[in-house]
Amino acid sequence: MLELIWLLPTFPLLGFLALVLTGGTLPKQIAGPIGAGSIGLSFAVAALIAMEFIGSGEDYFVYEAWTWMSVGSFSPGFTFYLDGLSTVMMLVITGVGFLIHLYATGYMADDPSFARFFSYMNLFVAAMLMLVLGDNLVLLYLGWEGVGLCSYLLIGFWYTNPANGYAARKAFVVTRIGDTSMAIGLFLLFAQLGTLNIQDLMHAAEGEWEVGSGYAVAAALLLLGGAVGKSAQLPLQTWLPDAMAGPTPISALIHAATMVTAGVYLIARTHILFELAPSVQLLVAWIGLATLLISGFTAMTQSDIKRVLAYSTVSQIGYMFLGLGVGAWSASVFHLMTHAFFKALLFLASGTVILSLHHEQNIFKMGALRKVLPVSFASFLIGSLALTAFPFTSGYFSKDEILLGALAVEGVGTWLWLGGLIGAFFTGIYTFRLFFIVFFGESNVKHHVDKEVGGWHMNGPLIILMILALVGGFIHVPVEAVFSHGEAHDEHHVSGLIHGIMIAVPLIGIGISYLFFMSKTFSVEKLMASGMAQSLHKFWLGGWGFDTLYNTLFVNPFLFLARINRKDLIDRFYALIVALSQAANGMIVRTQTGSLRWYALTLVAGLVFIVTLGALL
Amino acid sequence: METIPVEHGLILAGILFCLGLIGVLTRRNIVFVLMSLEVMLNASGLAFIVAATRWGHAEGQVMFLMILTLAAAEVAVGLGLIIQMFRRYQTVDISVLSEMKG
Repeated sequence: MLELIWLLPTFPLLGFLALVLTGGTLPKQIAGPIGAGSIGLSFAVAALIAMEFIGSGEDYFVYEAWTWMSVGSFSPGFTFYLDGLSTVMMLVITGVGFLIHLYATGYMADDPSFARFFSYMNLFVAAMLMLVLGDNLVLLYLGWEGVGLCSYLLIGFWYTNPANGYAARKAFVVTRIGDTSMAIGLFLLFAQLGTLNIQDLMHAAEGEWEVGSGYAVAAALLLLGGAVGKSAQLPLQTWLPDAMAGPTPISALIHAATMVTAGVYLIARTHILFELAPSVQLLVAWIGLATLLISGFTAMTQSDIKRVLAYSTVSQIGYMFLGLGVGAWSASVFHLMTHAFFKALLFLASGTVILSLHHEQNIFKMGALRKVLPVSFASFLIGSLALTAFPFTSGYFSKDEILLGALAVEGVGTWLWLGGLIGAFFTGIYTFRLFFIVFFGESNVKHHVDKEVGGWHMNGPLIILMILALVGGFIHVPVEAVFSHGEAHDEHHVSGLIHGIMIAVPLIGIGISYLFFMSKTFSVEKLMASGMAQSLHKFWLGGWGFDTLYNTLFVNPFLFLARINRKDLIDRFYALIVALSQAANGMIVRTQTGSLRWYALTLVAGLVFIVTLGALL
Repeated sequence: METIPVEHGLILAGILFCLGLIGVLTRRNIVFVLMSLEVMLNASGLAFIVAATRWGHAEGQVMFLMILTLAAAEVAVGLGLIIQMFRRYQTVDISVLSEMKG
């Protein structure tokens, strides 16, 4: 049974080929079942494999399909590596992926490019499975680039609007910076340790490098660069909010549930390397903390429903990075899983809202939707509670573990914990701000909304995700064997007071949100009256000015150089050749008069000239 | 028997060639251009004959036979073209056909 693991990426790949080789012309009745069905089959196989694997009690399982290439001692294969971590990842990808595909068959039903949409989606799932199942970094990198490509294609899915194309290019270029860093990291690892097989690599690194040695730090930093780019962390976080230009199922699948967590997976997968470089590992924690705080503030000021969720995604991945940085590996993976449930739920529910309101995304043009859109209301309620870590929802358990992990760190742990708490406080505010504005208060809807859109294939996934978001916290993540020697502080004892604080803080956030946006006890307008609040709001709305900063620092100088370079020396040389031949052409073209007698005369003149020349010499 | 000196024959051939050439260069009527071309061909043929007589070789005469056949073929094609030209443009003025200029 375990040998069937190669089927996992194969089903989506076949689905992609079937859809793409027919030129995206398949009718919806066929393209839908192919697109969603291939992921469904993958999920079925993944579930069977997971059951057998966990039942077997083995630590890991390796299946080599074939050797990819063989150059000297370097021969990466299409080899699948299954352990607790990849089991969790493959179940999340195929499971949540299947639900989102199912939802998308309803969401995209009116789109003329239905088959093209599903071909990209299938390719994405295939690449993502390759990423998490590959046993060597080359295969991982193949999947890594594959998901990047699909992300690009899907952000720019509605390519007729130039803004979407711009967002897609931005995402591609920004993540490319990280990918380049990661590629260099791979070269460094191969040059130093002579293998790219992840397990061998980790053993070799442990054996050859001391803790804190230069190579370990450099390699960890370079891999971190890749992770930061893909997971939209500081300083490469600017692409994710713009990535919301794609259809909402894309935002749910790629830019919330799976692809953006690839960075978290990479760090968790190579955690031994990061343990060899404690300074880099601590940097991971600080990056996560800074990102979660910055995007938390930004999320409070956004008015686009998807951008609020996008910033909250950045913020939640910040929590995962914080967890990774403090060595709470399994807590991070746990949060990755629960986040996939509740964020996919929130995005899909927002998709239903957007579709019901005829593609209206501004939350201030919604309001009082709880009666009109009951399923979205329930989804948002549960998703928001899980996102804010309301006790006994899925998000509560995972965020709790991460914060406890942070607290356990010697020295800076308290600060990390405090920062995480502040982030949780703001999570409560921005999540329920969105919730109250959209579903309560007065209706600001311009168009007429009769009833909620979506049949069983849109509501079914929402209901399943609701259940998962509620009880997902009770799922046990089987990753002990993976992080066996990394987590010493699991048994750390914390007082009830700290637990109480961690439960109370998000609730206070929700309460404040209630006072501002529900009961209107406090007025946002009054808060916004002062000039400082205005400028602060503007600053946060623009994502702390990162876009402006990067435009000034990198984009504009680059454009400036490109403009100068347009007329450089080499270009001038070739322009000269063009000008010369054009001048020569202008001269010679005059002799072509079209007159026969002129031609005869020139012929005779030439003859006379040559004969004279011959006679004279 | 007194033979005609080679020079005389060559001078005659040269004069005929120049007359033909002047005809080609100055005439606008394409029929006359074609006729002038014939004169030039025959002038070169005459030069071959004279040279063959001077050295007592037969190749010159063979060459002249070739020139005759060539001229016949050329006239056939040329006259065909002239008829086509006349049908299309209602004229035999060669300067009308100057559309193919650079």
